[in-house]
Parts: sequence; structure tokens; C-alpha cells
Amino acid sequence: MRDARADIRRPLGARLWLSGGWLTLLVLGALLAPLLAPHDPLAQDLFAGRLPPFWQDGAQRGYPLGTDSLGRDVLSRMLYGARLALVVALVAGTLTCLIGATLGLIAGYYRGWADIIISRIVDIWMAFPPVLFAILLIAVLGTGLTSIIIAIVVIDWTRFARVVRAEAMTQSAMDYVASAQVSGRGHFSTMLTEILPNVLPTILALLTLEMGIAVIVEAILSFVNLSISTDSPTWGGMIAEGRTSVHQAWWVLVFPLIALFLTVLSFSQLGEGLKDRFDPVLR
Amino acid sequence: MSAQLSVRDLSITLQNGVRILRNVSLEVGAGRVHGLVGESGAGKSMIGKAILGTLPHAMNVTGGQICFGDVDLMAMAPKARRTWIGANAALIPQDPLTALNPSKRIGPQITRRLVDILGWAKTNAKARALDLLAEVQITDPARVMRSYPHELSGGMRQRILIASAFAAEPKLIIADEPTTALDVTVQKQILKLIAQMQAEHGTALLFVTHDLGVVSKVCDTMSVLYAGKVLENAQMRRFFTHPIHPYSRALLAATPTYSNPTGSLAQVPQKVIDGVEQDIRHHDIRNHI
Repeated sequence: MRDARADIRRPLGARLWLSGGWLTLLVLGALLAPLLAPHDPLAQDLFAGRLPPFWQDGAQRGYPLGTDSLGRDVLSRMLYGARLALVVALVAGTLTCLIGATLGLIAGYYRGWADIIISRIVDIWMAFPPVLFAILLIAVLGTGLTSIIIAIVVIDWTRFARVVRAEAMTQSAMDYVASAQVSGRGHFSTMLTEILPNVLPTILALLTLEMGIAVIVEAILSFVNLSISTDSPTWGGMIAEGRTSVHQAWWVLVFPLIALFLTVLSFSQLGEGLKDRFDPVLR
Repeated sequence: MSAQLSVRDLSITLQNGVRILRNVSLEVGAGRVHGLVGESGAGKSMIGKAILGTLPHAMNVTGGQICFGDVDLMAMAPKARRTWIGANAALIPQDPLTALNPSKRIGPQITRRLVDILGWAKTNAKARALDLLAEVQITDPARVMRSYPHELSGGMRQRILIASAFAAEPKLIIADEPTTALDVTVQKQILKLIAQMQAEHGTALLFVTHDLGVVSKVCDTMSVLYAGKVLENAQMRRFFTHPIHPYSRALLAATPTYSNPTGSLAQVPQKVIDGVEQDIRHHDIRNHI
């Protein structure tokens, strides 16, 4: 019976296809930005300011998505912006996941003192308003890619700690954990070999969600001018600049906004899709 | 008959002071089956967990002795104790659906103890696991070894857990209501299987259940537990013919029988319960002074 089931090729599903497709496109665009971008993202051309996208009257060849008020090419800036967004998503997401999931796993499995200490810290941490916290942190650390990543990790590890702790607690109550302990497993090895594999689908789903959130946080910080630096092209920075000229040149605001929206949505949908696919119980 | 396991005056208390077990004493003879019966909440499973060292965090052993053969388990360091238990005792758990790790194949879950504790070579352990699966009447053991738990039925999983419990030839197996989660037809098969395996391997078995019918089929000796206190330790035959404690008598009277299938269900009379609870209160007062 099992063999028959294994033979059925399950389709990937529209969710995984669409979200995976957009993210693949984004990764390719980011990697090949120097080849694909028609212009230097920082080059200004004041004579070519506020050019509309290609289908509107007055568009110029070579500026497919138009230019902003300083005459910088929107498409080029978006491609280079994707690089920063993806670096932040991957690095900040992974670090947040590692720290939060480790602490959550320890709290949920060992309980007792470890749990009390970690849970209290999480409670206190979550009482800070996150965006304000991030702005404060950046103000202290100074702007720059590293500061952004540190700020995201510092704010968001609690999300992982909470969810993974709850999940680890549920799993620890299962009989198979007792069986592992009775067969002479130490606590640490039980945690790693019995609990972790069963919490992994949840961690994976959270990780992709976190990547989307990291992109948003980076955009928020760019929006308040606290991101990497004012002249590096970031989506958040573009949205902030586009806002001031939205009546004259809506495309400066709208294209990065769409990219941001699709990216965050794709990350969360990818996570859900992967969880459905790889969770051993749902499978 | 020497005792494989003897528990003396074991007390377990919840962190908030509620007593779970009150000076429980019982013995399981080597190669014998000891039944532990009681209502739900009486503390049956906690005795097993205390022996195996898997009590929940909120519970502490506050007194008593657990001797395994000549070894005093309570005097051992936690790590040494885990290894000792791993090599000498095993558990057949209540719910086969949660007792196997859902993310691992069956094979490694059976051989783990052999490889980890007894230091067997992987190929030997695998051969042993295949033999055991055949012994618990699983068809196509090789395929089952490669399966994930969710691909198998509850009855099959319980067979696997039984095979796994006997894998390292432990001296003691604790079966914690091994048939409760299964449907009636499968229950009977599993019960027969456990009894058969126990007889063939000569393992001492502590059989936790709330079903007197089950006890009468498989056990040699038994204890009746109520609210964390042992009311009666008895030889099986003696218990069913001449129960001593009033609660035991009431319990036997309340068991539905084939000869009286349509009669209304008998209850344990309130007078008996009151008497037992008064005893327990006295016991607690004595122990607090």
C-alpha cells in the first residue's frame, strides 16, 4: 500500500510554483544585476528626470520603468535593491532562526530554570514596540548593512523562541520521547535527534516567514532614512523618495512597492507550501 | 522466587504538595507478571514512570526505594541510571500512535537501543530487529523496517513497540495500559502476543491496567491501587476467589460478566470509598507528624 502511495507523483501546487517562481526570478535578477541593469543605479541625469514607464507617452528607450526625479533608472535601482533585500532576508532570517530556535528548543525541552529564564526574557523583550526598538538600535549602532541585520535579529528572535518552545513542549509530552529516554539516551541527544526533526517543519515555515519580515523591516528602516546609506538603492528608500513625487511620477513609488509586496507574500507562501509538503505527519 | 523489582514505600509528591503516591510497595518476581490495577488517576502510570525515571517535571520522588535485582536505583546518578535502565528495562507504552517518532523510519527506532547501549554492530542489530518483527507476526518485516510510523496501523505499531521492548532482552518490561488505545478485536491479539512473548523470553512484566479481566488472563500477582495507595497485594488466584480489602471486593463485584450481561452496571458503593478515603487521610496525617 505504501509503495502504491509513493508512486503517486504529487504536483507541486500553484502556491509553491508561483512563490518559488517569483523568488527564483528575484534571485536571478539580483545575481545578474550588473548584466541586466540598463544603467548605473546611482547615475543621475537631470535632463532625463521623471520619465514615465515604457507604455506611456514621453517614455524614452533604455528606461523601461521610467526614472525618478533625479533621473536615475527605476529598473536598475530595483535590481540592485533586490540584492540588498535578499542579503538581509537570508542573513538576518537565518541568524534569527538559529538563535531563537535554539533558545526555544532548550526552554521547551528542558523546562525548569532554563524555561523560566528564557520565557521571562522573551516576555520582557516582546513588551518593547519593535519598530521603535529597531530605530533606537540603529541610532546607537549607526547605519549600515550589519546594523540592519543586528537590529532584525535582536527584535525578532523572540518569535522563533515562542513558537519553537510551544512546539518542543508538545513533542516532549509524546511517548516516543519517553521511549528514547528509557532506552538510555541523554537529554541533549534526545533533544537533537528526537525533538528537533519533528519541530523542523515548523522552523522551516517560520524561517521563510521571517525572511519576508526582514525585507519589510529593512524597507521600514529605509523609509525613515535609517537603512544602509542614503545613496545605496533599497526598495524602502525608493518608496520613501517616490512618496514625495507620487502625483508627478507614481512609478517611482509603485514598482518597488509591488516588488516588496510580491516578495514578502512569496516568502510566507513558500514556507506554508514547504511545511505542507515536508511535515511527516501531514505528508 | 526472588524479586526482579521491588518498590518499597515509594512516595511521589507534586510540586504544590499534592501527594500522587503514598508509600507504595510492590514486588515483581523474576520472570513473573505483576498486574497493577486502579481507577484512572490512581497513580498507576506514575509508578512505572518513577521506576523508569521519566516522571514529569512537576513531580518529585519524596521517599522510598526502588530496587532492581540487587541494585538500588534511587542511589544511582541520573546518567548512570538511564544507561542501566536502558540496558535492563523497557516500556510498552499506552498509545502506539505517539510512541514512535513520526520523522524516523521504524528500523532505526528498534535497533537504537541495541546499537547505543549494548554496542551491537548495525548489521547484527538489524538482523535481530527483523527476527523480532517476524516473532510479533508482522508480515514483510523488511518493508516495515523501511516504513514511517504514519504508514502503519495502530495494531501494527503496537506490535512494533512490543518487538522493540523485547529487543535487548531486558529483565523487566513495564506495559503501561498497552491495549487501551486499540479497538477490542486488536486488544485481544495484542494481549495474547504480550503474554506469549513474556513466556518465551522469561521477562518480568509489570502490567499496568484498569481492566480486571485483562489481569485475570495474564498476571501471576497483582496490586490494587486507589488514590496513590496500595490497598492490597495479592496472588492472582487468591484475589479473584478471596479478595481481602472491601474495595477489592466491590471492584470485583462491579466487573461485568458474561453470565450477567444485561444487568445494570454495578458501582463501587459510596460507603467503601468513604472508608478508603478516611484511611488515606489518617495515613497522610501519620506521615506528616
